[in-house]
Amino acid sequence: MTISVAMTVNGKSVSGKVEARTLLVQFLREHLGMTGTHVGCDTSQCGACVVHVDGQSVKSCTMLAVQAEGAKVTTIEGLAPSADKLHPMQEAFRDNHALQCGFCTPGMVMSAIDMVKRHNYQLDEATVRRELEGNLCRCTGYHNIVKAILAAAPAMKSAGV
Amino acid sequence: MYDFAYHRPKSVADAVALLKGKEEARPMSGGMTLIPTLKQRLAKPSDVVDLGGVKELAGIKVEGGNVVIGAMTKHGDVATSADVKAHIPALADLAGHIGDPQVRNRGTIGGSVANADPAADYPAAVVALNATVTTNTGKHAADGFFKGLFETALGEGEIITSISFPKPEKAAYMKFPNPASRYAMVGVFVAKTASGVRVAVTGAGPSVFRVKAMEEALSKNFSSDAIKDIKVPATDLNSDIHGSAEYRAHLVGVMARRAVDKANK
Ligand SMILES: Cc1cc2nc3c(=O)[nH]c(=O)nc-3n(C[C@H](O)[C@H](O)[C@H](O)COP(=O)(O)OP(=O)(O)OC[C@H]3O[C@@H](n4cnc5c(N)ncnc54)[C@H](O)[C@@H]3O)c2cc1C
Ligand code: FES
Ligand code: FES
Repeated sequence: MTISVAMTVNGKSVSGKVEARTLLVQFLREHLGMTGTHVGCDTSQCGACVVHVDGQSVKSCTMLAVQAEGAKVTTIEGLAPSADKLHPMQEAFRDNHALQCGFCTPGMVMSAIDMVKRHNYQLDEATVRRELEGNLCRCTGYHNIVKAILAAAPAMKSAGV
Repeated sequence: MYDFAYHRPKSVADAVALLKGKEEARPMSGGMTLIPTLKQRLAKPSDVVDLGGVKELAGIKVEGGNVVIGAMTKHGDVATSADVKAHIPALADLAGHIGDPQVRNRGTIGGSVANADPAADYPAAVVALNATVTTNTGKHAADGFFKGLFETALGEGEIITSISFPKPEKAAYMKFPNPASRYAMVGVFVAKTASGVRVAVTGAGPSVFRVKAMEEALSKNFSSDAIKDIKVPATDLNSDIHGSAEYRAHLVGVMARRAVDKANK
Protein backbone atom coordinates (compact mmCIF):
# COMPACT_ATOMS: atom_id res chain seq x y z
CA MET A 1 0.00 0.00 0.00
CA THR A 2 1.50 3.35 -1.05
CA ILE A 3 0.75 6.29 1.21
CA SER A 4 1.70 9.94 1.12
CA VAL A 5 3.44 11.08 4.25
CA ALA A 6 4.35 14.60 5.37
CA MET A 7 6.35 15.70 8.40
CA THR A 8 8.83 18.31 9.52
CA VAL A 9 12.45 17.15 9.58
CA ASN A 10 15.00 19.48 11.17
CA GLY A 11 12.64 22.41 10.69
CA LYS A 12 11.90 21.76 7.01
CA SER A 13 8.60 20.42 5.68
CA VAL A 14 9.15 17.20 3.79
CA SER A 15 6.80 14.77 2.12
CA GLY A 16 6.97 11.65 0.06
CA LYS A 17 5.25 8.49 -1.05
CA VAL A 18 6.11 5.43 1.01
CA GLU A 19 4.93 1.90 1.48
CA ALA A 20 2.98 1.31 4.69
CA ARG A 21 5.85 -0.88 5.89
CA THR A 22 8.55 1.76 5.29
CA LEU A 23 10.35 2.45 8.56
CA LEU A 24 11.02 6.00 9.68
CA VAL A 25 14.76 5.33 9.45
CA GLN A 26 14.37 4.14 5.85
CA PHE A 27 12.41 7.26 5.01
CA LEU A 28 15.16 9.44 6.49
CA ARG A 29 18.08 7.60 4.93
CA GLU A 30 16.72 6.35 1.62
CA HIS A 31 14.03 8.86 0.68
CA LEU A 32 15.58 12.01 2.14
CA GLY A 33 19.23 10.94 1.78
CA MET A 34 19.95 11.85 5.40
CA THR A 35 22.35 9.09 6.34
CA GLY A 36 23.44 10.51 9.70
CA THR A 37 20.92 8.27 11.44
CA HIS A 38 22.39 4.76 11.50
CA VAL A 39 20.99 1.25 11.56
CA GLY A 40 23.02 -0.98 13.84
CA CYS A 41 20.85 -3.89 14.81
CA ASP A 42 17.44 -3.36 13.22
CA THR A 43 16.04 -5.26 16.23
CA SER A 44 15.25 -2.27 18.53
CA GLN A 45 18.22 -2.85 20.80
CA CYS A 46 21.30 -0.79 19.86
CA GLY A 47 19.96 2.77 19.64
CA ALA A 48 22.12 3.77 16.63
CA CYS A 49 18.89 4.91 14.95
CA VAL A 50 17.62 7.22 17.72
CA VAL A 51 16.00 10.45 16.54
CA HIS A 52 13.61 12.83 18.28
CA VAL A 53 9.93 12.73 17.35
CA ASP A 54 8.01 15.64 18.83
CA GLY A 55 10.86 16.15 21.28
CA GLN A 56 11.13 12.57 22.53
CA SER A 57 13.89 10.10 21.69
CA VAL A 58 12.67 7.09 19.74
CA LYS A 59 14.24 4.22 17.85
CA SER A 60 13.48 5.08 14.24
CA CYS A 61 14.00 1.45 13.18
CA THR A 62 10.93 0.56 15.24
CA MET A 63 8.54 3.19 13.99
CA LEU A 64 6.80 3.35 10.64
CA ALA A 65 7.28 6.47 8.55
CA VAL A 66 3.48 6.84 8.45
CA GLN A 67 3.37 6.91 12.26
CA ALA A 68 5.39 10.14 12.09
CA GLU A 69 2.76 11.82 9.89
CA GLY A 70 2.53 15.46 10.95
CA ALA A 71 5.31 15.10 13.54
CA LYS A 72 8.40 17.21 14.14
CA VAL A 73 11.45 15.01 13.67
CA THR A 74 14.99 16.00 14.64
CA THR A 75 18.00 14.01 13.48
CA ILE A 76 21.72 14.34 14.16
CA GLU A 77 21.96 16.57 11.07
CA GLY A 78 19.61 19.07 12.68
CA LEU A 79 21.54 19.77 15.88
CA ALA A 80 24.40 22.09 14.96
CA PRO A 81 23.28 25.74 14.94
CA SER A 82 25.59 26.56 12.00
CA ALA A 83 28.22 25.00 9.75
CA ASP A 84 31.06 26.02 12.06
CA LYS A 85 29.40 25.51 15.44
CA LEU A 86 28.38 22.23 17.07
CA HIS A 87 25.59 21.52 19.55
CA PRO A 88 27.02 21.45 23.14
CA MET A 89 26.44 17.68 23.26
CA GLN A 90 28.41 17.15 20.03
CA GLU A 91 31.12 19.47 21.34
CA ALA A 92 31.31 17.51 24.59
CA PHE A 93 31.61 14.21 22.70
CA ARG A 94 34.54 15.70 20.76
CA ASP A 95 36.23 17.22 23.82
CA ASN A 96 35.94 14.03 25.86
CA HIS A 97 36.97 11.62 23.12
CA ALA A 98 33.58 9.93 23.47
CA LEU A 99 33.75 8.17 20.12
CA GLN A 100 36.07 5.84 18.32
CA CYS A 101 34.54 4.39 15.15
CA GLY A 102 31.59 6.77 15.51
CA PHE A 103 28.91 4.33 14.44
CA CYS A 104 26.89 4.57 17.64
CA THR A 105 27.51 8.31 18.03
CA PRO A 106 24.45 9.82 16.30
CA GLY A 107 22.12 7.71 18.43
CA MET A 108 24.17 8.31 21.58
CA VAL A 109 24.02 12.07 21.06
CA MET A 110 20.26 12.07 20.37
CA SER A 111 19.53 9.87 23.43
CA ALA A 112 21.87 11.99 25.55
CA ILE A 113 20.13 15.27 24.69
CA ASP A 114 16.73 13.77 25.54
CA MET A 115 18.18 12.40 28.80
CA VAL A 116 19.61 15.79 29.85
CA LYS A 117 16.30 17.53 29.19
CA ARG A 118 14.17 14.92 30.95
CA HIS A 119 16.38 15.23 34.01
CA ASN A 120 16.24 19.01 33.89
CA TYR A 121 20.00 19.37 33.20
CA GLN A 122 20.86 17.57 36.44
CA LEU A 123 22.52 14.20 36.10
CA ASP A 124 24.85 12.02 38.05
CA GLU A 125 27.01 9.21 36.76
CA ALA A 126 24.70 6.39 37.88
CA THR A 127 21.71 8.03 36.20
CA VAL A 128 23.59 8.50 32.93
CA ARG A 129 24.70 4.88 32.89
CA ARG A 130 21.17 3.62 33.57
CA GLU A 131 19.65 5.97 31.00
CA LEU A 132 22.02 4.64 28.34
CA GLU A 133 20.41 1.20 28.52
CA GLY A 134 19.01 1.55 25.02
CA ASN A 135 22.30 2.52 23.34
CA LEU A 136 25.13 0.10 22.63
CA CYS A 137 28.72 1.05 21.85
CA ARG A 138 31.19 -1.61 20.75
CA CYS A 139 34.29 0.60 20.97
CA THR A 140 34.57 3.02 23.83
CA GLY A 141 33.56 1.03 26.91
CA TYR A 142 31.12 3.90 27.60
CA HIS A 143 33.36 5.68 30.06
CA ASN A 144 34.07 8.74 27.93
CA ILE A 145 30.48 8.84 26.69
CA VAL A 146 29.32 9.15 30.29
CA LYS A 147 31.92 11.87 30.91
CA ALA A 148 30.79 13.76 27.81
CA ILE A 149 27.13 13.69 28.83
CA LEU A 150 27.94 14.88 32.35
CA ALA A 151 29.97 17.74 30.84
CA ALA A 152 27.29 18.63 28.30
CA ALA A 153 24.43 18.98 30.78
CA PRO A 154 25.57 22.33 32.27
CA ALA A 155 26.83 23.47 28.85
CA MET A 156 23.38 22.86 27.35
CA LYS A 157 21.79 24.74 30.23
CA SER A 158 23.96 27.82 29.79
CA ALA A 159 23.52 27.70 26.00
CA GLY A 160 19.76 27.52 26.53
CA VAL A 161 19.31 24.39 24.38
CA MET B 1 8.31 -7.11 6.54
CA TYR B 2 5.34 -7.99 4.35
CA ASP B 3 3.38 -4.93 3.29
CA PHE B 4 -0.10 -4.26 4.67
CA ALA B 5 -2.91 -1.73 4.46
CA TYR B 6 -2.45 1.00 7.05
CA HIS B 7 -5.26 2.82 8.86
CA ARG B 8 -5.15 5.63 11.38
CA PRO B 9 -8.63 6.01 12.93
CA LYS B 10 -9.45 8.87 15.29
CA SER B 11 -11.94 7.07 17.57
CA VAL B 12 -12.34 3.68 19.25
CA ALA B 13 -15.55 3.11 17.28
CA ASP B 14 -13.73 3.64 13.96
CA ALA B 15 -10.84 1.41 15.05
CA VAL B 16 -13.25 -1.38 15.99
CA ALA B 17 -15.09 -1.00 12.68
CA LEU B 18 -11.80 -1.25 10.76
CA LEU B 19 -10.81 -4.43 12.63
CA LYS B 20 -14.22 -6.04 12.21
CA GLY B 21 -14.65 -8.86 9.76
CA LYS B 22 -10.98 -8.85 8.75
CA GLU B 23 -9.43 -11.91 10.30
CA GLU B 24 -5.91 -10.76 9.50
CA ALA B 25 -6.24 -7.17 10.78
CA ARG B 26 -4.16 -6.19 13.81
CA PRO B 27 -4.30 -3.16 16.08
CA MET B 28 -1.01 -1.35 16.72
CA SER B 29 -0.24 0.80 19.76
CA GLY B 30 3.43 1.64 20.34
CA GLY B 31 4.58 -0.91 17.78
CA MET B 32 7.53 -1.83 20.01
CA THR B 33 6.53 -5.48 19.88
CA LEU B 34 4.44 -5.57 16.71
CA ILE B 35 7.01 -3.95 14.39
CA PRO B 36 9.84 -6.32 15.44
CA THR B 37 7.40 -9.22 14.94
CA LEU B 38 6.51 -7.98 11.45
CA LYS B 39 10.19 -7.50 10.58
CA GLN B 40 10.84 -11.14 11.39
CA ARG B 41 7.85 -12.09 9.27
CA LEU B 42 6.33 -13.87 12.25
CA ALA B 43 3.02 -12.21 11.43
CA LYS B 44 1.43 -11.21 8.14
CA PRO B 45 -1.48 -8.90 8.87
CA SER B 46 -3.59 -7.73 5.95
CA ASP B 47 -4.35 -4.48 7.79
CA VAL B 48 -2.66 -2.58 10.59
CA VAL B 49 -4.97 -0.31 12.56
CA ASP B 50 -2.78 2.31 14.27
CA LEU B 51 -4.36 3.46 17.55
CA GLY B 52 -1.87 6.35 17.75
CA GLY B 53 -4.45 8.85 16.55
CA VAL B 54 -7.16 7.84 19.03
CA LYS B 55 -6.86 10.61 21.61
CA GLU B 56 -9.53 9.16 23.94
CA LEU B 57 -7.27 6.15 24.66
CA ALA B 58 -4.39 8.05 26.29
CA GLY B 59 -4.24 9.58 29.74
CA ILE B 60 -4.40 8.84 33.45
CA LYS B 61 -7.33 9.58 35.78
CA VAL B 62 -7.98 8.99 39.44
CA GLU B 63 -11.54 7.79 39.96
CA GLY B 64 -12.51 7.06 43.55
CA GLY B 65 -10.04 4.52 44.87
CA ASN B 66 -8.78 3.62 41.40
CA VAL B 67 -6.08 4.81 39.06
CA VAL B 68 -7.45 4.40 35.54
CA ILE B 69 -4.83 4.31 32.79
CA GLY B 70 -5.82 4.65 29.13
CA ALA B 71 -4.56 1.86 26.87
CA MET B 72 -2.38 4.18 24.75
CA THR B 73 -0.58 5.65 27.77
CA LYS B 74 3.15 5.20 27.31
CA HIS B 75 5.38 3.50 29.88
CA GLY B 76 7.32 6.75 30.31
CA ASP B 77 4.14 8.68 31.11
CA VAL B 78 3.07 6.12 33.74
CA ALA B 79 6.55 6.25 35.28
CA THR B 80 6.49 10.03 35.67
CA SER B 81 2.77 10.60 36.37
CA ALA B 82 2.21 12.54 39.61
CA ASP B 83 -1.09 10.68 40.12
CA VAL B 84 0.44 7.23 39.74
CA LYS B 85 3.38 8.17 41.96
CA ALA B 86 1.03 9.50 44.64
CA HIS B 87 -1.45 6.60 44.65
CA ILE B 88 0.45 3.51 43.43
CA PRO B 89 4.18 4.33 43.49
CA ALA B 90 5.00 0.65 42.84
CA LEU B 91 3.29 0.90 39.44
CA ALA B 92 5.28 4.01 38.46
CA ASP B 93 8.44 2.21 39.57
CA LEU B 94 7.56 -0.83 37.44
CA ALA B 95 6.88 1.29 34.35
CA GLY B 96 10.18 3.15 34.81
CA HIS B 97 12.10 -0.12 34.59
CA ILE B 98 10.58 -1.44 31.36
CA GLY B 99 13.20 -1.74 28.64
CA ASP B 100 15.04 1.51 28.02
CA PRO B 101 14.02 5.18 27.68
CA GLN B 102 13.27 4.89 23.95
CA VAL B 103 11.07 1.82 24.50
CA ARG B 104 9.27 3.70 27.28
CA ASN B 105 8.70 6.67 24.96
CA ARG B 106 6.71 4.49 22.52
CA GLY B 107 5.48 1.31 24.25
CA THR B 108 2.05 1.41 25.85
CA ILE B 109 0.28 -0.33 28.72
CA GLY B 110 -2.51 -1.57 26.45
CA GLY B 111 -0.06 -3.10 23.98
CA SER B 112 1.94 -4.75 26.73
CA VAL B 113 -1.08 -6.25 28.50
CA ALA B 114 -2.68 -7.41 25.21
CA ASN B 115 0.57 -9.01 24.13
CA ALA B 116 0.93 -11.08 27.35
CA ASP B 117 4.62 -11.74 26.88
CA PRO B 118 5.67 -14.26 29.57
CA ALA B 119 8.52 -11.90 30.58
CA ALA B 120 6.58 -8.63 30.47
CA ASP B 121 6.30 -6.52 33.63
CA TYR B 122 2.78 -5.11 33.56
CA PRO B 123 0.94 -8.45 33.81
CA ALA B 124 2.36 -8.87 37.34
CA ALA B 125 0.88 -5.51 38.37
CA VAL B 126 -2.47 -6.24 36.74
CA VAL B 127 -2.83 -9.54 38.63
CA ALA B 128 -1.35 -8.49 41.99
CA LEU B 129 -3.37 -5.28 42.17
CA ASN B 130 -6.50 -7.11 40.99
CA ALA B 131 -6.98 -4.62 38.17
CA THR B 132 -9.86 -4.56 35.71
CA VAL B 133 -9.14 -4.57 31.98
CA THR B 134 -11.75 -2.58 30.07
CA THR B 135 -12.27 -3.17 26.36
CA ASN B 136 -14.64 -1.92 23.70
CA THR B 137 -17.01 -4.77 24.58
CA GLY B 138 -16.81 -5.05 28.37
CA LYS B 139 -14.66 -5.68 31.40
CA HIS B 140 -12.27 -8.51 32.31
CA ALA B 141 -11.20 -9.34 35.86
CA ALA B 142 -7.44 -9.73 36.25
CA ASP B 143 -7.61 -13.36 37.38
CA GLY B 144 -9.19 -14.69 34.20
CA PHE B 145 -7.42 -12.39 31.77
CA PHE B 146 -4.01 -13.99 31.19
CA LYS B 147 -4.63 -17.45 29.72
CA GLY B 148 -1.15 -18.64 28.77
CA LEU B 149 1.87 -17.91 26.61
CA PHE B 150 0.93 -14.76 24.60
CA GLU B 151 -2.72 -15.66 25.24
CA THR B 152 -5.42 -13.51 26.84
CA ALA B 153 -9.18 -13.48 27.20
CA LEU B 154 -9.46 -10.87 24.43
CA GLY B 155 -11.72 -11.94 21.59
CA GLU B 156 -11.29 -11.35 17.85
CA GLY B 157 -11.17 -7.62 17.11
CA GLU B 158 -11.55 -6.70 20.80
CA ILE B 159 -9.33 -3.83 21.92
CA ILE B 160 -8.25 -2.76 25.38
CA THR B 161 -9.37 0.79 26.14
CA SER B 162 -8.17 1.24 29.72
CA ILE B 163 -6.96 -0.58 32.83
CA SER B 164 -8.23 0.31 36.27
CA PHE B 165 -5.94 -0.33 39.25
CA PRO B 166 -7.43 -0.25 42.77
CA LYS B 167 -5.19 1.63 45.14
CA PRO B 168 -3.43 -0.82 47.52
CA GLU B 169 -2.40 -0.18 51.12
CA LYS B 170 1.16 -1.15 50.25
CA ALA B 171 2.78 -2.61 47.17
CA ALA B 172 6.14 -3.15 45.52
CA TYR B 173 7.62 -4.77 42.43
CA MET B 174 11.03 -6.37 42.22
CA LYS B 175 12.47 -7.76 39.05
CA PHE B 176 15.62 -9.58 38.20
CA PRO B 177 16.11 -8.18 34.71
CA ASN B 178 17.71 -10.05 31.89
CA PRO B 179 20.90 -7.99 31.61
CA ALA B 180 20.60 -7.67 27.83
CA SER B 181 16.90 -7.05 27.20
CA ARG B 182 15.71 -5.81 30.65
CA TYR B 183 12.69 -8.10 30.35
CA ALA B 184 11.99 -9.95 33.59
CA MET B 185 13.90 -13.16 34.20
CA VAL B 186 11.64 -13.14 37.23
CA GLY B 187 9.51 -10.28 38.50
CA VAL B 188 7.35 -10.39 41.61
CA PHE B 189 4.63 -7.86 42.42
CA VAL B 190 3.35 -7.93 45.99
CA ALA B 191 0.25 -5.96 47.01
CA LYS B 192 -1.44 -5.61 50.40
CA THR B 193 -5.05 -4.54 50.06
CA ALA B 194 -8.10 -4.32 52.33
CA SER B 195 -9.19 -7.74 51.00
CA GLY B 196 -5.86 -9.48 51.54
CA VAL B 197 -2.43 -9.91 50.01
CA ARG B 198 -1.75 -10.88 46.40
CA VAL B 199 1.57 -12.08 45.00
CA ALA B 200 1.97 -12.26 41.21
CA VAL B 201 4.98 -13.64 39.38
CA THR B 202 6.02 -12.84 35.82
CA GLY B 203 8.96 -14.11 33.77
CA ALA B 204 9.15 -17.43 35.54
CA GLY B 205 6.39 -19.38 33.81
CA PRO B 206 4.55 -19.37 30.48
CA SER B 207 2.20 -16.76 31.91
CA VAL B 208 1.85 -14.65 35.05
CA PHE B 209 0.73 -16.66 38.11
CA ARG B 210 -0.13 -16.13 41.79
CA VAL B 211 1.61 -17.82 44.71
CA LYS B 212 -1.21 -18.69 47.10
CA ALA B 213 1.06 -20.03 49.86
CA MET B 214 2.90 -16.71 50.03
CA GLU B 215 -0.38 -14.77 49.94
CA GLU B 216 -1.72 -16.72 52.94
CA ALA B 217 1.46 -16.31 54.95
CA LEU B 218 1.71 -12.60 54.16
CA SER B 219 -1.96 -12.02 55.00
CA LYS B 220 -1.15 -13.16 58.55
CA ASN B 221 2.21 -11.44 58.78
CA PHE B 222 3.30 -8.97 56.10
CA SER B 223 7.04 -9.42 56.48
CA SER B 224 9.69 -11.13 54.36
CA ASP B 225 10.37 -13.50 57.26
CA ALA B 226 6.88 -14.95 56.86
CA ILE B 227 7.73 -16.36 53.40
CA LYS B 228 11.37 -17.28 53.83
CA ASP B 229 10.66 -21.02 53.85
CA ILE B 230 8.12 -21.07 51.02
CA LYS B 231 9.50 -22.69 47.89
CA VAL B 232 7.92 -22.53 44.46
CA PRO B 233 8.22 -25.82 42.54
CA ALA B 234 10.32 -25.62 39.37
CA THR B 235 7.95 -27.92 37.47
CA ASP B 236 6.38 -26.03 34.54
CA LEU B 237 8.69 -23.01 34.92
CA ASN B 238 10.69 -21.66 31.97
CA SER B 239 14.11 -23.05 31.16
CA ASP B 240 16.16 -21.31 28.49
CA ILE B 241 19.66 -20.03 27.72
CA HIS B 242 19.18 -17.31 30.33
CA GLY B 243 18.39 -19.59 33.25
CA SER B 244 17.06 -22.98 34.30
CA ALA B 245 13.63 -23.58 35.82
CA GLU B 246 15.31 -24.30 39.19
CA TYR B 247 17.16 -20.99 39.03
CA ARG B 248 13.94 -19.14 38.27
CA ALA B 249 12.11 -20.94 41.09
CA HIS B 250 14.83 -19.78 43.46
CA LEU B 251 14.60 -16.22 42.13
CA VAL B 252 10.84 -16.13 42.80
CA GLY B 253 11.54 -16.53 46.53
CA VAL B 254 14.33 -13.94 46.51
CA MET B 255 12.36 -11.35 44.52
CA ALA B 256 9.23 -11.91 46.62
CA ARG B 257 11.12 -11.28 49.87
CA ARG B 258 12.79 -8.19 48.43
CA ALA B 259 9.43 -6.90 47.20
CA VAL B 260 7.89 -7.30 50.67
CA ASP B 261 10.82 -5.46 52.24
CA LYS B 262 10.51 -2.69 49.64
CA ALA B 263 6.75 -2.39 50.28
CA ASN B 264 7.40 -2.08 54.02
CA LYS B 265 9.97 0.73 53.59
C1 LIG C 1 14.38 -3.40 23.39
C2 LIG C 1 13.07 -3.70 24.08
C3 LIG C 1 13.06 -3.95 25.44
C4 LIG C 1 11.87 -4.21 26.11
N1 LIG C 1 11.90 -4.47 27.43
C5 LIG C 1 10.76 -4.73 28.09
C6 LIG C 1 10.75 -4.98 29.50
O1 LIG C 1 11.77 -4.90 30.17
N2 LIG C 1 9.57 -5.27 30.09
C7 LIG C 1 8.40 -5.32 29.39
O2 LIG C 1 7.36 -5.57 29.98
N3 LIG C 1 8.37 -5.07 28.08
C8 LIG C 1 9.51 -4.78 27.41
N4 LIG C 1 9.46 -4.53 26.06
C9 LIG C 1 8.17 -4.56 25.36
C10 LIG C 1 7.53 -3.20 25.39
O3 LIG C 1 7.08 -2.91 26.70
C11 LIG C 1 6.35 -3.09 24.42
O4 LIG C 1 6.10 -1.72 24.34
C12 LIG C 1 5.09 -3.79 24.79
O5 LIG C 1 5.25 -5.15 25.03
C13 LIG C 1 4.06 -3.70 23.68
O6 LIG C 1 3.47 -2.46 23.72
P1 LIG C 1 3.22 -1.64 22.40
O7 LIG C 1 2.38 -0.49 22.78
O8 LIG C 1 4.52 -1.34 21.77
O9 LIG C 1 2.34 -2.66 21.55
P2 LIG C 1 2.34 -3.07 20.02
O10 LIG C 1 3.68 -3.55 19.62
O11 LIG C 1 1.74 -1.99 19.21
O12 LIG C 1 1.31 -4.29 20.07
C14 LIG C 1 1.62 -5.51 20.73
C15 LIG C 1 0.48 -6.51 20.50
O13 LIG C 1 -0.71 -6.12 21.15
C16 LIG C 1 -1.78 -5.86 20.24
N5 LIG C 1 -2.39 -4.63 20.72
C17 LIG C 1 -1.81 -3.40 20.82
N6 LIG C 1 -2.63 -2.53 21.41
C18 LIG C 1 -3.77 -3.20 21.71
C19 LIG C 1 -5.00 -2.83 22.34
N7 LIG C 1 -5.20 -1.60 22.83
N8 LIG C 1 -5.94 -3.78 22.50
C20 LIG C 1 -5.75 -5.05 22.03
N9 LIG C 1 -4.61 -5.45 21.42
C21 LIG C 1 -3.63 -4.54 21.27
C22 LIG C 1 -1.12 -5.75 18.87
O14 LIG C 1 -1.98 -6.18 17.84
C23 LIG C 1 0.08 -6.67 19.02
O15 LIG C 1 -0.30 -7.99 18.82
C24 LIG C 1 10.64 -4.24 25.36
C25 LIG C 1 10.64 -3.98 24.00
C26 LIG C 1 11.84 -3.71 23.34
C27 LIG C 1 11.80 -3.41 21.88
S1 FES D 1 19.01 0.06 14.60
FE1 FES D 1 17.33 0.76 15.76
S2 FES D 1 17.81 0.07 17.73
FE2 FES D 1 19.45 -0.74 16.56
S1 FES E 1 32.30 4.43 18.89
FE1 FES E 1 32.24 2.60 17.75
S2 FES E 1 30.34 1.75 18.36
FE2 FES E 1 30.52 3.43 19.68
